[in-house]
Amino acid sequence: MKYFYLVWKSIWRKKVRTILTVLSVLVAFLLYGLLSAFNQAFRGGVDIANASRLVTIDKISLINPVPASYQQKIRAVPGVKQVAMSNWFGGYYQDKKAQFAQFPVNPETYLEVYPELILPDDQKEKWFSTRDSAIVGRDLVNIYGWKIGDRIPIHSEIWTNESGSQVWDFEIAGIFDTDDPRGSTALMLFHYKYFDEGRAFAKGNVGWYVVTIDDPGRAAEIANAIDTQFANSPNQTKTSTEAAFAESFLKQFGNIALIVRLILTAVFFTILLVAGNTMAQSVRERLSELAVLKTLGFVNGGVMGIVLAESILVMLLGGLIGLGSAWLLLVMLAKQTAAVLPGLMLSNEALVTGVLLMVLAGIVAGVFPALRAMRLTIVEALART
Amino acid sequence: MMTQLKQIISVTAMNLRSLPQRLAASVVAVIGVGAVVGVFAGVLSMASGFEKTMLSAGSEGTAIVIRAGSSSELSSGIGNNQVQVIAEAPGVVKNEQGAILSAELFVLVDIAKKSNNQDGNVPLRGVQAGAFQVRDNIAIVEGRMFDTGKNEMVVGRAAQQTFSGLDVGSVIPFGLTEWTVVGIFENDGSVSESELWTDVRVLQSIYRRGNSFQSVRVKLESPEAIEAFTDFLKEDPRIDPDVYSEKAFYSQQSETLATFIRVVGYPLTVLMAIGAIFGALNTMYSSVSARGKEIATLRALGFGPLSILTSTIIESGALAVLGGILGGGLAWLFLNGYTVSTLNGASFSQVVFDFAVSPDLLVQGLIAAVIIGLVGGLFPAIRAVRIPVSAALREL
Repeated sequence: MKYFYLVWKSIWRKKVRTILTVLSVLVAFLLYGLLSAFNQAFRGGVDIANASRLVTIDKISLINPVPASYQQKIRAVPGVKQVAMSNWFGGYYQDKKAQFAQFPVNPETYLEVYPELILPDDQKEKWFSTRDSAIVGRDLVNIYGWKIGDRIPIHSEIWTNESGSQVWDFEIAGIFDTDDPRGSTALMLFHYKYFDEGRAFAKGNVGWYVVTIDDPGRAAEIANAIDTQFANSPNQTKTSTEAAFAESFLKQFGNIALIVRLILTAVFFTILLVAGNTMAQSVRERLSELAVLKTLGFVNGGVMGIVLAESILVMLLGGLIGLGSAWLLLVMLAKQTAAVLPGLMLSNEALVTGVLLMVLAGIVAGVFPALRAMRLTIVEALART
Repeated sequence: MMTQLKQIISVTAMNLRSLPQRLAASVVAVIGVGAVVGVFAGVLSMASGFEKTMLSAGSEGTAIVIRAGSSSELSSGIGNNQVQVIAEAPGVVKNEQGAILSAELFVLVDIAKKSNNQDGNVPLRGVQAGAFQVRDNIAIVEGRMFDTGKNEMVVGRAAQQTFSGLDVGSVIPFGLTEWTVVGIFENDGSVSESELWTDVRVLQSIYRRGNSFQSVRVKLESPEAIEAFTDFLKEDPRIDPDVYSEKAFYSQQSETLATFIRVVGYPLTVLMAIGAIFGALNTMYSSVSARGKEIATLRALGFGPLSILTSTIIESGALAVLGGILGGGLAWLFLNGYTVSTLNGASFSQVVFDFAVSPDLLVQGLIAAVIIGLVGGLFPAIRAVRIPVSAALREL
């Protein structure tokens, strides 16, 4: 630490060059921050999945319905705690292009299965007891400005109700939050009964079941027991853990993580070259100065340390500002993307990895110039000038 | 004027010839620009490849009818009586058997991708005999057509290559029913090739859809005929349709994903380009300072500031263009034609497409490279001209 002043002075020896290097490192880590936040938001469903929750869907495809009568049968499987049902509604509010998720559910069981959803008790009671009421997530309220007691028309692309209309009316009974900041609340929940009695076709079916179990360690076994039960029926099922379900859905998009990693590799490789080149130049120009340091009694390792420290410092300088800007940008962006891409933020893990990457990049960029500085013989270096 | 030009040419030639002496820094600049152009072409080639696949399916001469308010075939529903109304509409090509149309059912089945063994939402389409007439350039290229009334299917070439177990002769179980693949069809690499086709009657009974469909495609007498066709259907009380030309329909289906890739791709490129400009500036500043004495000597000999300025910018531009060619070339070499499949949110189904590093993208990439080179060269060039000759000559 006592050489910090020396290191600090030498990186500013050529101001323009250092500023340019710092700026390009800044851009690299800004990109790193943004891309890893996006990557993580895409993975959101996988990371926050609850290990004691299973998802049961039709074996052929998620879009095929499963009989509502399965609920009791799944409930009876040993190890199963609770079973909630859900269905895709495919609706929007006023703007056809802004679709969000609405699920018809059994209010009591659904809240039992998703304990992370927080709803005040009075609102809960109101929802449970009002047939055509719905609860909406905070993210939706932020977008549409709804209030408790509002009646809202939701247009379903799929479901015609018995009056022949695709517009369904709901009264907002409550507004819920989630206790996980990565989770989305861009969701609307209403009574399955109201939905099933009201729809013109496909009555008596549900889209999928969410099952909670006693022991996450037995997840595979219980999932298997559920599926075996329906193996000889026309509606076979496929049960997986919530994480596996989310992961398999994510994989449908193709390998996003790989693309992100490729881009970051290209960026880092380039930045390393720029920074490495700068350090090499800086050492080349200062050979005589470094020789003087050695003459004054600095040991080889010390000189090497100073050069390495310079390189790391430049990386940290640019990197921390870059990560900071990414963080600021993400805070601003997150509000706008909450409905489409929830959980857009820099995780602690990404931050720590980022700082480690800065140090590592500093070492890689500085190691050859530093070795050169260490091996320098005083006589030769001084004779050059 | 002529002397100016000669000066510029000779100083530029000298700069370029002395590049090997500044090899490391020059290579850094070239690679920096190369990375930008490579990433740019790579990311956006996904958007252009996806659009190419989606749009090549769309004919102006074919209309598609879905239920009003549905944004995709999946959420639509059309009854058999409504299909009759559509068959009678004006503007539809007719032959001895009646209107040329195909009423279709669109469902999804989970089939594992070969690449990662994970299930994908593969579209399974029930079609009528007219399906091959309402689409252009479509043909069975291997095996045969499915027989009506049987659990047989023909699969698109792209689907067969991407998902497992879809070769001719394969048997696939969906629930308690088993299906045999009897043929492969091709359709100019369009989105249809990502689909599996079977007899719509068979699919209706297995999916318990009664006599209902999800979309109807008709062959129009001409692209202009769509207006009269649409007006007729809109006025008929028996049906509440949305009518699109097939081309408009697919362009709407591809919009969200293609826009998303672009919204990510362009800012990404701009950011990376800014980083590369800093790299180029660094390189050119050090090039100018390494040649400080040389430049001062030239100026002392009477070479004008314009020639020094221009030659420095050209040097930087040349490095950037080289980088651009390198990056674009590598992207083209490794990514063009690379086949991937993704979930198209608009249809909730898998679309198989090839990355398309189009000439358009390469030109845009080169333009970006030139901009990086010019900006990266300009400020160092100005400095080169500004340093007083006497001071520069005294420098080390």
